[in-house]
Amino acid sequence: MIHFNRFTLENGLRVIVHEDTTTPMAVVNVLYDVGARDEDPAQTGFAHLFEHLMFGGSVNIPEYDEPLQMAGGENNAYTTNDLTNYYIELPAENLETAFWLESDRMLSLAFSEKSLDVQRKVVSEEFKEHYINKPYGDVWHKMRELAYSRHPYRWMTIGKDLSHIEQAKLEDVKSFFFRHYRPVNAILVVAGNVTTEQVKALAEKWFGDIPSGERYIRNLPQEPQQADAHFLEIKGKVPLDALYKAYHMYPRKDQRYYAADLLSDVLGGGGSSRLHQVLVKEKKLFSNIECYHFGSVDAGLLVIEGKLVKGVKMKDAEKGIQEELEKLQQGEIPGRELQKVKNRVESMLAFEDMSLLNRANNLAFYELMGDAALMNTEFDNYERVTTADILQEARIIFNEQNSNTIHYYAGN
Amino acid sequence: MVNRSQAPIIKDAVDFDILLKPYELFRLDNGIPVYVVRSGEQETLQLELVFPAGSWYESESLIASATNFLMKNGTGKHSALEINEMVEYYGAYLNRNCYHENATYTLHCLTKHTTELLPVLQEVILDPAFPEEELSIFVQNMKQKLAVNLQKCDFVANRHIDKYLFGEFHPYGRVSSMMAYDALQTESLKAFYQKHYTYNNCRIFLAGNLPDNIIPLLNQYFGNSKWNGESHMLRPELPVLPAEEKKYRIFNDENGVQGAVRMARPFPNRYHPDFGRMLVLNTIFGGYFGSRLMSNIREEKGYTYGIHSQLYNFRQVSAINIQTEAGRDVCEATVTEVYKELERLQREPVPEEELHLVRNFMIGSILGDLDGAFQVIQRWKNLILNDLDENYFYNNIRTIKTITAAELQQLAQQYYNREDFYELIVI
Repeated sequence: MIHFNRFTLENGLRVIVHEDTTTPMAVVNVLYDVGARDEDPAQTGFAHLFEHLMFGGSVNIPEYDEPLQMAGGENNAYTTNDLTNYYIELPAENLETAFWLESDRMLSLAFSEKSLDVQRKVVSEEFKEHYINKPYGDVWHKMRELAYSRHPYRWMTIGKDLSHIEQAKLEDVKSFFFRHYRPVNAILVVAGNVTTEQVKALAEKWFGDIPSGERYIRNLPQEPQQADAHFLEIKGKVPLDALYKAYHMYPRKDQRYYAADLLSDVLGGGGSSRLHQVLVKEKKLFSNIECYHFGSVDAGLLVIEGKLVKGVKMKDAEKGIQEELEKLQQGEIPGRELQKVKNRVESMLAFEDMSLLNRANNLAFYELMGDAALMNTEFDNYERVTTADILQEARIIFNEQNSNTIHYYAGN
Repeated sequence: MVNRSQAPIIKDAVDFDILLKPYELFRLDNGIPVYVVRSGEQETLQLELVFPAGSWYESESLIASATNFLMKNGTGKHSALEINEMVEYYGAYLNRNCYHENATYTLHCLTKHTTELLPVLQEVILDPAFPEEELSIFVQNMKQKLAVNLQKCDFVANRHIDKYLFGEFHPYGRVSSMMAYDALQTESLKAFYQKHYTYNNCRIFLAGNLPDNIIPLLNQYFGNSKWNGESHMLRPELPVLPAEEKKYRIFNDENGVQGAVRMARPFPNRYHPDFGRMLVLNTIFGGYFGSRLMSNIREEKGYTYGIHSQLYNFRQVSAINIQTEAGRDVCEATVTEVYKELERLQREPVPEEELHLVRNFMIGSILGDLDGAFQVIQRWKNLILNDLDENYFYNNIRTIKTITAAELQQLAQQYYNREDFYELIVI
């Protein structure tokens, strides 16, 4: 059970406080309700590029990192398709430094041409390092485009094309900031060796006078139900053939999401999961195989991917997967197997909650979902799932019409 | 209105008292030491068994890591699948790792499942069967993984730089190969297991929320016999044969858009008085986000997504290693800038303000690293496995708090000479 207190400043900034006196540290986490899905299709990668610019100095503080390091703190940030999250971990005694830094960059950035220029290059190198210069690095760009025809999940957080990042202009940066980075679109979580009174006073002092901004109303094109199977063949400079299958699943807040999550665990969660046991160990069709999903807020993808053992034909590998899916759809999930995937979730949640930083991240995420208290009832959502629920979702999700398949062939 | 151009007052690092929470030591009936750090806040625990079974001791490449990996894949009583199922049924994780010196098995689980999981762990440690079939699947899949990795410039660069530093016959410089995988035999794995995974070589590190009867339980499964007999490891220092040639350029992928840059030199091990001091200099140079390398090469020039300098924690001999992936056409410029930054530290003393910042940063991050029983036992494990005690930890903290700019400059003059560095770019 994670305890917390919650209040909202007059400008609309939501604040959550999680007190934990067993640690000497404090975490300050600021989540902005904007991700790659909110980008203009002609300017993809912008939310993430912007995250980099948040470290390039703010209106009253030329250097973000230095004063924080001076206070013994560390920080980082991440951008997903759904949200952008910034966090600081520092000795609790120096908590106010984090408020000073985070509030000033919420007030306004410095908007320096130099910072934009450098970060464009840094992000280009990040793009190359992760998606161009790695074997199979291009597959998720292609899979997203294959699976999504309308929803902005059809591009990756890093962006669709390097040129979008290279062409970003300072005026775009400014308008993005004042549209999304406002108190009314943000959630502040303060966790660790702090008191709610102290946080209230600091929040009023540092964030209280920031103009509220306009609430961003998200109105994204939703993905229509897929009508027929999508298929793509790639020949690339890779050593092994690989097979990727992605199926549309449910939004994060849909109760069926939990059945789908457990379904992916039945197939791919650990060494005793079905796909690993049958396709890697018994039939030796794949040298590795995974089943997982993206966990996205809007309807995401459930994925099966694996590398083929040399000499195995693509159609045999695919048939192997198909047989396991059919076995699941037509068969049973024994009670012990269902209990296993539930125990796995229970344990995963407990280990996640061990870290103060995770607790702060998660409180912010669940507040974004509607209520931080959802964090404490999350496991109940899994407990409610029955074998029948999983089997039903297996039949709906693994319908051929709902599938997107990439055959990635080793070529030269 | 609040004055935003004025930074809040901070408490300085030198004023933080860092305490390494002490461990409790128990001995099982057969003498196995159990180091324990308890905490009551969570419902989880971590149990780690450590053996001197790292690559240092292998006579042929990959034997140590293959033995470590395959112990879990089938025992006298259960198949690999059954073992996995028994662990995963309780939502537990049973991870194994093989390093240069030691090999480990680590169980993470909810405290309430400890009793059910210890018998499984016992089977894996005391009764592994090494089935032929499991070895052949392992070899096939590891070779496939290697083939993929060999296409990555960073992976290839890491292999080469260690070979230059230590020589390819030294355990620190030896690399995996298709041939070495093909040569693995269950007989040699069994022999390696028998010799290294014995009761008298075992040490246990335990942390978290523990059941009251944890020591009797451990006695029941690991303490009541001299399992696998007694075996004494000889650990002779092995000759290091560094490469003579210092500069390398390798083309791994003609169409690569980035190159992996590595610049490295040997450095004395952690028992040398310069080691603790170098931790500070290395942080200034390339060990944190605000380092000289990051400020210049990422934040000023935008050549890379990240550049870091690290100090190896190997037992016999250490090394300084600078690493980055940079745009193909700026790799050479990156090398030039790294030398400039090395030489700047030799030429000019670190400004007081920067040194002050690094002290605070380092102390702050140690404070954060010691947060929680799992982290504390990790610190103790590193000390204990290297035959050190808390004085070593406190000495390093004292060094961070008191080292002077003059000492750092002297250190740079001794160890940051360009001619001592290996230089490698893999595209």
